Amino acid sequence: MRIIKMYKKFLEPFLECLGQFGRLYAPVRKNGVLTYGPIESISEAVFSDEHPLIPIKKLFHPMKFDMFRFGESGFQPDYSMVEKRVIIGVHPCEIHSLLRLDDVFMADPPDPYYSQLRHNSAILGFSCMPTENSLCTSTGTDIVEEGYDLFFIDLDQFYLVWVGSSLGHDMILCHDEFFEDEVTHEDIAKYVAWREKRNLAFKKSFAFRNMPDLMELSYNSEIWEQFGKKCLSCGQCSMVCPTCNCYDTTDVLDVSNKVSGRRERMWDSCMFVDYSLVAGGHNFRATRADRLKLWYTHKLKTFGKEYGRPSCVGCGRCVDTCPVDINVLTVSQALSAREVPK
Amino acid sequence: MSVEIGIENPFQPEAARIVRQYDLIKDHRFFQVRFLDVKRAMSFTYNPGQFLMLSLPGVGEAPFSISSTPSRPGILEMGVRKVGKLTEVLFTKSDNDIIYIRGPYGNGFRLDQMRGKDLIIVAGGLGVIPLRSILYYVLDNRDDFGQLFFLYGARRPDEILFQTEFFQLKDRRDIECFYTVDKVDGGNWTENVGVVTTLFKNLPRLDPLKLNAVVCGPPVMYKFVIKELLNLKIPKNQIQLSLERKMKCGVGKCGHCALDNLYTCTSGPVFTYWDTIHFRELI
Ligand SMILES: Cc1cc2nc3c(=O)[nH]c(=O)nc-3n(C[C@H](O)[C@H](O)[C@H](O)COP(=O)(O)OP(=O)(O)OC[C@H]3O[C@@H](n4cnc5c(N)ncnc54)[C@H](O)[C@@H]3O)c2cc1C
Ligand code: SF4
Ligand code: SF4
Ligand code: FES
Repeated sequence: MRIIKMYKKFLEPFLECLGQFGRLYAPVRKNGVLTYGPIESISEAVFSDEHPLIPIKKLFHPMKFDMFRFGESGFQPDYSMVEKRVIIGVHPCEIHSLLRLDDVFMADPPDPYYSQLRHNSAILGFSCMPTENSLCTSTGTDIVEEGYDLFFIDLDQFYLVWVGSSLGHDMILCHDEFFEDEVTHEDIAKYVAWREKRNLAFKKSFAFRNMPDLMELSYNSEIWEQFGKKCLSCGQCSMVCPTCNCYDTTDVLDVSNKVSGRRERMWDSCMFVDYSLVAGGHNFRATRADRLKLWYTHKLKTFGKEYGRPSCVGCGRCVDTCPVDINVLTVSQALSAREVPK
Repeated sequence: MSVEIGIENPFQPEAARIVRQYDLIKDHRFFQVRFLDVKRAMSFTYNPGQFLMLSLPGVGEAPFSISSTPSRPGILEMGVRKVGKLTEVLFTKSDNDIIYIRGPYGNGFRLDQMRGKDLIIVAGGLGVIPLRSILYYVLDNRDDFGQLFFLYGARRPDEILFQTEFFQLKDRRDIECFYTVDKVDGGNWTENVGVVTTLFKNLPRLDPLKLNAVVCGPPVMYKFVIKELLNLKIPKNQIQLSLERKMKCGVGKCGHCALDNLYTCTSGPVFTYWDTIHFRELI
């Protein structure tokens, strides 16, 4: 790992030159909403502490895309969405969320759509300060050690730039003159101060490490019923959660053609009532309480049993989003205190 | 910038021809299919208990158990119940029509731990479809296994699948078959009447440590059958259950079949009772 220094005035010209590595993507503001999207010039990018409403999973596990085209000659995979990309301005929790999605989609056999999008995308991480509902110190995802090509830490006049991959190194070379190898004692002191300031800026936290046990102990808790009564089954929590990976597929026939069409894949949510419905009308998770329990045990416990760590990355989006206040904070509080917050 | 994609697509449906199909009973149909690609047809191997994903372009995709045995290669067999969109269209197909399949998926029954031991096969209703695979596998490799018992229950006599085929097995001396129906309304049913657990009284005394059981049926059946099997003192990891969950991908990606920390499609659909005892949402 190499850490180098770049003065702020170079950021824009440096990022502009990355167009040669692929199409540039960054958080942009559309109709007032912050969202990841392609950009024509760096000036469109919005680098801020705010999280885009829809997480970065949408660039790797798109909300909706065509898996196959079919016709008389069978099914042909459609990889047309795969392109070389450089994604700029990715926060640490988002990088962690991609590592969690990798656990699922890159496991044998790798999902060709996800893995191709992954292999063809460079990740340029940017540091951030916690917002109102950030929980990433609780989940241990506030800093990143892997999963990026370059990572920029904003220390006011300059950035410390972590070079995380060979591709990241090539990018640096396209404007070698912007970067300084020498990091002074003063710079380090600034970095340390920034870390301390950031650590102190978190307003909320929860006992993430206790959650697997608490979940296990609370399986029959009436708390689930109480949350179940409030939940609207709207599925928004799964849409905004960066580690929800579930999907459904549907075939769509071309207009005016009965034999050709496409097989689409789109996000699904275990909050929806038909998610676990099988033939004969048997539903393994017919009640909202059952489904909430599945969602939260999966986020905070069982994913970890299979892949080494639970899947919540503490982005706080469920806290921002659920219209009736069901989220990792309220659920963990309720399970610890045996009381559903009003 | 366009990119080259050089990797396998695990979701790629492959063309297969319907060799033969006929109704088993009302709304249940038997399909024999064969990959169009002859090499693929002959090299395709699987374990009893595994399943296929079947696609009809424009309609969709769904999982179906393989009902044939790998000991008879070349042809794949399925038994399908008409319940919805895909199965309705499938039922309109004729011999020689093309369908699409991919697989095999899932783990299948644990043949290794069953070799040399006695085996009880317990089927309820449609659950007999995957169990037919292990049934014929054992019959085709008869010397590798000990005593074989086949217990099969349906709701009514006209709901017994593969009736002719299975009743012929009663003439064989290397298998004991017991059939039952919940209810008879007239007709000439000469076998047992009662739920499938009432067949257990026919079993001889068996050495539980040398005994395996495989079970597949509707969700309600498991609890009662497991109770009987535990009465026989079979160790919990020698009871194998084939579970059904909604499945969309078959390879651990879509999340639908999650069962605790496992995916039913990859870690199942066959689980030992010992595995499932830790699941909170068994049936
Ligand atoms: C491992 C496995 C093996 C199976 N083996 C067989 C078999 O050998 N024979 C057979 O007839 N059926 C089998 N099924 C069930 C079969 O997959 C469903 O009945 C089929 O998907 C229904 O498709 P459809 O489009 O006709 O129904 P739909 O129109 O999609 O739905 C009709 C009903 O079926 C339910 N359903 C939809 N998808 C599934 C699904 N993936 N799994 C279960 N229920 C579903 C729906 O919730 C609804 O209640 C198996 C299922 C699994 C998971
Ligand atoms: S938990 Fe909240 S966001 Fe999720 S489905 Fe229920 S009401 Fe919607
Ligand atoms: S559970 Fe909530 S806080 Fe955790 S990753 Fe998902 S949306 Fe973010
Ligand atoms: S069927 Fe998709 S994860 Fe099991």
